Amino acid sequence: MARLQLRNLEKDYGGFKAVHGINLDVNDGEFMVLVGPSGCAKSTTLRMIAGLERVTGGEIRIGDNLVNDKAPGERGIAMVFQNYALYPHMKVRKNLSFGLRLKRRPKDEIEQATRDVSNILEIGDYLERLPKQLSGGQAQRVAVGRALIKKPQVFLFDEPLSNLDAKLRASMRVRITDLHKQLKADGLQSTVVYVTHDQTEAMTMGDRICVMKEGRIMQVADPVTLYNRPANSFVAGFIGSPEMNLMEADLADSTLSIGSQRLPLGSDVMARLSQMAAKRLTLGVRPQHFRVAGSDEAGTLAGKVSHVEFMGHEVYLYVKVEGSQVIAVVPSAQYDRSKISGDTVYLAPQSENIHLFDRVSGENISLAKLD
Amino acid sequence: MTDHALSTPLSVDREAEQILKAQRRRQIISATLRYGVLFSVGLVMLYPLIWLIGASFKPNSEIFAGAGFIPHEGTVAGYVNGWQTSTPYTFGRFFWNTFLIVIPKIIGTAISCTAVAYGFARFDFPGKKILFASLIATLLLPNVVTRIPQYLLFRDLGWLDSFLPLWVPSAFAGDAFFVFMLVQFLRAIPRDMEEAARVDGASTWQVLLFIVVPLLTPALISVCLFQFMWTMNDFLGPLIYISSVDKFPVSLALKLSIDTTEAFEWNRILAMSVLTIMPALIVFFVAQKYFIEGISAGGVKG
Repeated sequence: MARLQLRNLEKDYGGFKAVHGINLDVNDGEFMVLVGPSGCAKSTTLRMIAGLERVTGGEIRIGDNLVNDKAPGERGIAMVFQNYALYPHMKVRKNLSFGLRLKRRPKDEIEQATRDVSNILEIGDYLERLPKQLSGGQAQRVAVGRALIKKPQVFLFDEPLSNLDAKLRASMRVRITDLHKQLKADGLQSTVVYVTHDQTEAMTMGDRICVMKEGRIMQVADPVTLYNRPANSFVAGFIGSPEMNLMEADLADSTLSIGSQRLPLGSDVMARLSQMAAKRLTLGVRPQHFRVAGSDEAGTLAGKVSHVEFMGHEVYLYVKVEGSQVIAVVPSAQYDRSKISGDTVYLAPQSENIHLFDRVSGENISLAKLD
Repeated sequence: MTDHALSTPLSVDREAEQILKAQRRRQIISATLRYGVLFSVGLVMLYPLIWLIGASFKPNSEIFAGAGFIPHEGTVAGYVNGWQTSTPYTFGRFFWNTFLIVIPKIIGTAISCTAVAYGFARFDFPGKKILFASLIATLLLPNVVTRIPQYLLFRDLGWLDSFLPLWVPSAFAGDAFFVFMLVQFLRAIPRDMEEAARVDGASTWQVLLFIVVPLLTPALISVCLFQFMWTMNDFLGPLIYISSVDKFPVSLALKLSIDTTEAFEWNRILAMSVLTIMPALIVFFVAQKYFIEGISAGGVKG
């Protein structure tokens, strides 16, 4: 079993604390994505798991073994680097088999493993090429192959797709997820820890996602939960595209005051608030959860359209509401073409998709009884 | 109408052609001028070498007769007699001595400097900053300052009149310049490949041997070339430490033929000089590409 456990993991760079005692369990065969903005220590965490950074505090367990003080090569891991890190002086074949040759495996075993891996990743035609003769996508496949050939307990990916162009990135995304499924189906070790700053990658690839910020874990959950039930305003703002609209709001008598505007909350919303005491809140509504309403409707926010983006099947409306920019995504069919920049629109948030966050702690207080 | 339509573009064409012609003429003139200057300066720089080669084929009487380099009565007597030398040994012996110094020195330098540079460039250890600073400080120290203490040290070790004082210090990374050069080169190489190798299970020495050394090759080649040329040309070192004629390297042997011959046989000396510079010249031209790559990457970047 290749379970990966992080217990109170810390990293201290001579006074600067990069990782603040994080706890994370990655189950056997799970595809775990670490995501967060740059500087959130996701790569540092991964490099500690790999053994490339020394652990300052806490424990890392792979399977049942404590690996804190083990060399990277003895941990049963394989890693794919952002810029591939292929050995430039070795042909693809030698790149793939480097690890096995170091372990002095028999020649025919190495030969067989190279053939298997190159079949899976369709790199058989490039085996006799040098890395500089490969395109970005090919080089990335070789890098994945170099990890695969070792049959590690845990695969580590450090932003492997960020050097590729958008189209290639999309296809590699599918390829890596398929590969993971295939390994799992074949009963092979397939635990993955995948680091990215791209939330689309995280949402599409991860079984579970660990959102990080400044060396702390913000939330660990599957993509659907993360999207529908963000634990705090950071996760809410980070996951989803375009990002969730966050507005300062004060709560009194079941009514939110946003600047000079009033937004009465339905009893359904009030029922799921966990902390009635908190009055200073942040209102969170995803752009997709707005509806363009008539001027006479209650429970709407009025604002001036600052500009309109037509995306084909939907329209992005950029609206200034009480001085803050709000984005609403509405289906093209429902959008009144006569509304242009400068016009006033009324946006009605869907009450079941309203999130309320404590403005101080950022915690989502509207999750109670939502199940 | 038609005439008019045709004649206008024609005059434009003619004008354009004239401009083009003028441009081409200017280009030719400037190119001629440029190459003329380059060629003449190059010739001035190279002339002593050309003269040396020419003069080595002249008879003694002719050498100082003029500044021209083409021999009127070409002869290889200088080479034949020069090779025999005035000692019991041929010049071949001196070449052999030189290589007995050069080869261990180059191998030692390459191995020791790589290891030391790798340590400085890739590892953190206590006192690293001070050690590196003192390494750089030795770069600035004039050689002369250490000559006498070194001499006393090697005398006490009983190494006088042997090749050891000439190559052993270099085999322990004694040439700070090469260490510095390799450190600079290594700093420009991303660490990912080494990390990938560590994840692949390589030990520190395996990483050095299988990953770092191949990446360092261009810099290492220029280190070896520098060491080769400097050692070939080193005169003072052998002069101080070597006293028996049978151990003389070529640099001393050349001087020897000046000392011992009453009437200087200049063509012998010149002929042997030509032979002496040949190895360095050949090696340089063979490895020129790597040499330049090595110094430009190591010295400028960083």
